[in-house]
Amino acid sequence: MSAIAEKLYRRRRLKNSIALVMASAATLFGLFWLVWILWTTLVNGIGALKPELFYQMTPPPGEDGGLANAFFGSMLMSILAILMGTPVGILAGTFLAEYARRSYLGEAIRFINDILLSAPSIVLGLFVYTLVVRPMGHFSGFAGAITLALIVLPVVVRTTDEMLKLVPSQMREAALSLGVPQWKVTVQVLYRSALPGIVTGILLALARISGETAPLLFTALNNQFWSHDLSGPLASVPVVVFQYAMSPYDTWHELAWAGAFMVTVFVLCISLIARAIIARRKVAND
Amino acid sequence: MTNLNLAVAASLNVNAAAAGQATAAAKITARNLNFYYDGFHALKNIHMDIPEKRVTAIIGPSGCGKSTLLRIFNRIYSIYPKLEARGEVMLDGENVLDPHYPLNRLRSKVGMVFQKPVPFPMSIYDNIAYGIKHYEKLSRADMDIRVEQALRQAAIWDEAKDKLKGSALGLSGGQQQRLCIARAIALRPEVILFDEPTSALDPIATGKIEQLVEELKKDFTIAIVTHNMQQAARCSDFTAFMYLGELIEFGETETMFTRPSKQQTEDYITGRFG
Amino acid sequence: MSTDQALPASALAAHNDNTARRAESDRRADNAFRYLVTGAGLFVLLALAGAAFSMLWGGKLAFSTFGISFLTTTDWDAVGHKFGALVPIYGTLVTALIAMLIAVPVSFGIALFLTEVAPPWLRTPVASAIELLAGIPSIIYGMWGLFVFVPVMSSTVIPFLNKYLGPLPILGPLFQGPPLGIGMLTAGIVLAIMVIPFISSVMREVFLTVPTRLKESAYALGSTTWEVSWNVVLPYTRSAVIGGVFLGLGRALGETMAVTFVLGNAHHLTASLLMPGNSIAATIANEFSEADSEIYQSSLVALGFLLFIVTFVVLAIAKLMLMRLNRNEGAK
Repeated sequence: MSAIAEKLYRRRRLKNSIALVMASAATLFGLFWLVWILWTTLVNGIGALKPELFYQMTPPPGEDGGLANAFFGSMLMSILAILMGTPVGILAGTFLAEYARRSYLGEAIRFINDILLSAPSIVLGLFVYTLVVRPMGHFSGFAGAITLALIVLPVVVRTTDEMLKLVPSQMREAALSLGVPQWKVTVQVLYRSALPGIVTGILLALARISGETAPLLFTALNNQFWSHDLSGPLASVPVVVFQYAMSPYDTWHELAWAGAFMVTVFVLCISLIARAIIARRKVAND
Repeated sequence: MTNLNLAVAASLNVNAAAAGQATAAAKITARNLNFYYDGFHALKNIHMDIPEKRVTAIIGPSGCGKSTLLRIFNRIYSIYPKLEARGEVMLDGENVLDPHYPLNRLRSKVGMVFQKPVPFPMSIYDNIAYGIKHYEKLSRADMDIRVEQALRQAAIWDEAKDKLKGSALGLSGGQQQRLCIARAIALRPEVILFDEPTSALDPIATGKIEQLVEELKKDFTIAIVTHNMQQAARCSDFTAFMYLGELIEFGETETMFTRPSKQQTEDYITGRFG
Repeated sequence: MSTDQALPASALAAHNDNTARRAESDRRADNAFRYLVTGAGLFVLLALAGAAFSMLWGGKLAFSTFGISFLTTTDWDAVGHKFGALVPIYGTLVTALIAMLIAVPVSFGIALFLTEVAPPWLRTPVASAIELLAGIPSIIYGMWGLFVFVPVMSSTVIPFLNKYLGPLPILGPLFQGPPLGIGMLTAGIVLAIMVIPFISSVMREVFLTVPTRLKESAYALGSTTWEVSWNVVLPYTRSAVIGGVFLGLGRALGETMAVTFVLGNAHHLTASLLMPGNSIAATIANEFSEADSEIYQSSLVALGFLLFIVTFVVLAIAKLMLMRLNRNEGAK
């Protein structure tokens, strides 16, 4: 009897140990790829860094050059996308948190927004293509920015909604009990209270669109030259990286690595800043 | 509930109406006041006077509707859906439940202080000036005077005067609550409602708030909801005891705590339930 | 106001008049703001509905020309104007399936490690590092896949698979083929790496929602960590775990750039996972700007519509599953 129990116990222990080793191995497996990918980007990217990147244009096949026009195009479209997506996102998030917290419409919008959040970005690119590019008759930086704005939108909606929900309801009541109208309370008190969270949301959205490639392929397309004309095709770092990486030329490959490195560093820095803001807020709340 | 209990409750209700009359002039009078929460009858036929420039405490076990009653007086309940108040709440002869009664007039006349101190995420100065700015265009100097007055009146001037531009979130809990009182005072209301203002504070901070309430009744009519019976006994002139959405007994605090006329009141005050 | 009492009645009336007017303008501003935010909220619905309709509209020509054969045939002939989407559909499903086969157990392991196994000081840094993986743009995965991972696959992994799995009776044909490196297996693995952080972070979060008393009572009965995880934590969080898996699946189905780099853009249907293939997203990314005829472009948009519908359904299931756990929590 006790021998059987002993045996059973040992088998359970063994099973447990195997499971725990597997769990640790899975974590190492995940970290292994992270390190490998970051290391590759780092080594190849740093090797390809040079000052010309920032003042020379993207070169024709096989020649040497920089990424200045792509950096500028990316910056232009990203800023425009944030400027378009953020206000609508904040207002929609306000609607969810302040005006429709338990209504069916609010639930429906929250549901759809979460789907939009994970929807394939290439689909949004096709949407904007049909909506903007086709009627205009040509690719444009403006269309690219609209696509990116549609990616920014759900991120900002979600964070605004969540951050406003974290504001204690007594804050609303206290402000309203002064006789101040609700819109003023929302804009002047609640937004201020939720500000760090909303800023974090905007940063995360920025991080997301900085590496976005697929939907730009048929909205902003690409442009070999310096351009600030939003109504025409515009270069962007991810699209240039894609085009150059898929090419057979070594000089283009090097530029692609440099671009990839810059995008990665930018995205990681922004995520870290966003995390820091959230962490500080948590401390302040305790 | 048995039939007998229902009968007792009904008879109490009638008596409560008679007991709701106070000796001092009434600032707020509630008549036939009923409140529904999503169909649930939360306040039943309340008749009650809040005497002018006195402190009226509202006590009762949790869930008895004491906070609900308080929140009707400035219609703050109306920001949530599915809540409905029926009946009359007269303030200076006008029914504030009338939809035509301007909300901002009501709220400038009836200020409110909440359970937890909730300073706005701005400077101490701006916390006080925020409400005033909505009603009056004041010069910088006039505003400075108003802010100082309010802070003095709420007994926080000495602690706050050197950091008026600093964030209000840097104050201690008790200081924050006095700041919230100052914020309500700054609008020069006539009535101040306190909804368990010390439940989140330590005994020393609580003492300061109670002392302040005592001071404030010279200028304001005060209604205070509290679950702390000692607090009600210490700082109120009148006490209302509520139970299951009904006003069971209303009277001078001293009488209520020494010779309550209802068995339920006595049971509650002596700690037999709640 | 207390000052009013000293004033004559007319001043008091004027004051009341003033607040009444003020109340009216406040009310109007409040209504305007309400309309504004409601409009913004509706815009979110509109964006998704607009995307769906515009693609249905754009793909109408392809659907009406090819009918059901659009889904069942493999021709992809830009010159002859004949389009059948079976190859990209098949490729999308197969790569996503490979990704899930790898990512789900690994994510479970990571979540287990981060909630039950690792010493507390190690949990936050490792969790943050895994989440960093999610932040890396997909194009980086694609480049890494093409320049670093594909050579490894073709020089080491594929010969190994050919040798040991190729001769097997039923599974064999899946692992036979030239060591090109690019292909569905490679794409599936890259996708798995990409979705691991999504799935594992959802799992970790839902594991953390399991009440401590529940776990403690199981430990008190002498259960091992594994038994607690398998018999208490997993059943308790089952719907949310499935939600997390579907969230990852939604990502895997729609992922474009990483796949485009390593899939090979070939419109052939093969049993072998080692051969180049195609996916819906990769086909669109590769060919859309070159689509020179109305029917070609319409076929690509129709593909986009299919992708949209499939990911919508998958993500909706994910969301509903995740909501179920929240509701359970709320009931407690």
